[in-house]
Amino acid sequence: MKVPTMAELAAEGRSPEILFWVGCAGSFDSRAQKVTIAFCKILNAVGMDYAILGNEESCTGDPARRAGNEFIFQMSALQNIEVLNGYEIKKIVTACPHCFNTIKNEYPALGGNYEVIHHTQLLQELIDQGRIKMKEGGAFEGKKITYHDSCYLGRINGVYEAPRKVLEALDNELVEMKRCRTKGLCCGAGGAQMFKEDEPGDKRINIERVEEALDTKAEIIAANCPFCITMMQDGVKGKDKQEDVMVYDLAELIVNNNGL
Amino acid sequence: MIQQIAFLIISILAIGLATKQFLKIRRNVLLGKEEEIGGDSGRRWRNVFLVAFGQSKMFKRWIPAIFHFFIYAAFVITQIELIEIFIDGLTGIHRFFWPTLGGFYTFVISFIEILSVLAFVATVIFLIRRNIIKTPRFEKPEMKGWPKQDANIILYLEIFLIVFIFLMNSADMASHNNEYGFAISQYLSPIWSGASESTLHLMERIGWWGHVMVVFAFLNYLPISKHLHILLAFPNTYYARQNSRGEMENMPEIMNEVKSMMGLTEGGEEAMMDMDAELPEFGAKDIFDLSWKNILDAYSCTECGRCTSVCPANITGKKLSPRKILMDIRDRATEVGVKLDSGNLDYVREDLKAEAKKLTKDNFDDGKNLFDFISKEELHACTTCNACVEACPVLINPLDPILKMRRYEILTLSEGPSEWLPMFNAIENSGAVWSMPVERDHWRKELEE
Ligand code: SF4
Ligand code: SF4
Repeated sequence: MKVPTMAELAAEGRSPEILFWVGCAGSFDSRAQKVTIAFCKILNAVGMDYAILGNEESCTGDPARRAGNEFIFQMSALQNIEVLNGYEIKKIVTACPHCFNTIKNEYPALGGNYEVIHHTQLLQELIDQGRIKMKEGGAFEGKKITYHDSCYLGRINGVYEAPRKVLEALDNELVEMKRCRTKGLCCGAGGAQMFKEDEPGDKRINIERVEEALDTKAEIIAANCPFCITMMQDGVKGKDKQEDVMVYDLAELIVNNNGL
Repeated sequence: MIQQIAFLIISILAIGLATKQFLKIRRNVLLGKEEEIGGDSGRRWRNVFLVAFGQSKMFKRWIPAIFHFFIYAAFVITQIELIEIFIDGLTGIHRFFWPTLGGFYTFVISFIEILSVLAFVATVIFLIRRNIIKTPRFEKPEMKGWPKQDANIILYLEIFLIVFIFLMNSADMASHNNEYGFAISQYLSPIWSGASESTLHLMERIGWWGHVMVVFAFLNYLPISKHLHILLAFPNTYYARQNSRGEMENMPEIMNEVKSMMGLTEGGEEAMMDMDAELPEFGAKDIFDLSWKNILDAYSCTECGRCTSVCPANITGKKLSPRKILMDIRDRATEVGVKLDSGNLDYVREDLKAEAKKLTKDNFDDGKNLFDFISKEELHACTTCNACVEACPVLINPLDPILKMRRYEILTLSEGPSEWLPMFNAIENSGAVWSMPVERDHWRKELEE
């Protein structure tokens, strides 16, 4: 499988329809890499005209900014904007809700204006257009799936329906957790918590959330964020349920269903 | 005549005193930095009507919303009656509007009476909920002591108010052969059967004066109470931030500095900071560094704890409680206000003491700041999930001050959780949140093999 970079396309004098922003987790975290690859498989399968930045991409700066370190944020963000504007990027898709939020809502004030969508939105679009056709009787038919709203896609950017539509297309039984949509409970990773230990308390946030997910009796926890996936997977392990409950990104579910 | 003069004097005193206190709160709010509140005014008014007037956010929890609505509606509608009370009080006329309005008058007062009964029921339920059932969100550490008392006091005042209304109306009905025909007090007036005309008159007066005094007491109590929200909910929803929740306020000073470091400034303009100048402070150390809207938020807080009850950090036993953040900001602003009012030159900043003639917000330094109220542990526990922002019935943003204080800690104090340092360094040196021995797109190369 080939994943083109902007630089390669530029050398051929081409520019793609859409840039796939991979993000730090999608590039380096071994679990999130699988999501990146799954998403690329889908993009290739539908013949999407896309590219990634490759080594020209840097951290969006989200965790630094939320930790309070504006200097590091500005350095990283301004550098990215230089690169993006250099390639005259118009449209960006990303599988990370933090990257999605930062590029969409924070880069404009720094001089970066792009149309940004989350990969679950693109997936829904592709399904609606019939460009992704779900295989009947796929691996998930009739299975119970619960969906975890990430804060940065859901409550902060109001995207609740696109991922649910994708799940519906998979023909499984979607069971909602008690706290979902606007009331969805955080996985515990946001605001740079991912990079530090929890403050003293009774419980880890991901355990609280996983307990709620387990209460639904779902066999699969679907998520849309690499950090949520890490947190939920750790939580499932913490509850010793890793044999019974799997945590997947929506792109992975489609790839598994269609045997891509 | 004596009653009219007494009423006039008491009104002037009560309203004058209350005004003075309200102006102090306004002053305290304006201790914060200027913040341009932009955006569409149509949407703002929509917020005021839906969220403040219509209490739309309250209805996420049906049961308290309905009871709260009874008290609120009774409160708003009773204000109509207050117009007459003022006219009667000043002119000495009894029920000024009755002769002209007749049947409509009966309708309005009956409406008030019915709402008052509903409000009475709601008040009793709220008292039970706070003191007997002990709803968890009212039992958090920050609610111990005064905040709990405050909530109860207002509920008792409400009960007094309603009792006085019915005392007044029922005695009045009894002495006028029920001619007013008020919906509820016509059933209460029989308790006065056999009472002399002078007793009835006395009871009516006690009811009338009691009502007036509770209203004035309430007016003067508001400024030191969480019940200030009945007024501030309106401006607070009007001035609520309109931009995306996901956008942290940009810091142009730092952006320009970084741009010039990276050689990105156009036309080579001098954006560099003057290195000899006093090092600027970033973020918020005290209320003076917050925006006025943050402080208005704090004074508008109803202490309902909806934010805290959905906060993932609080749910899992961490010290952070978004409600406490608001209460701390308000308490600090009030403390600074009181000290400023004292005019005590001891509160002048050390280096300005010699020449200072007057204590002002610009030379103020009492050796304390917001960090004496809010611990770093609380600030560090926030996941920026925005659940608190979503939950607040009066559109307060508890997250914004948390992030401003984090900025102070990291940028000005150069402190913060040590585990964040490797992340900062990795972003600075290798453009990723982790320092990795491989290239960013090595996953892609593996795919191609
Ligand atoms: S944004 Fe922070 S304070 Fe607000 S609910 Fe989430 S973790 Fe709690
Ligand atoms: S900030 Fe809002 S939700 Fe939280 S206690 Fe105050 S009024 Fe209630």
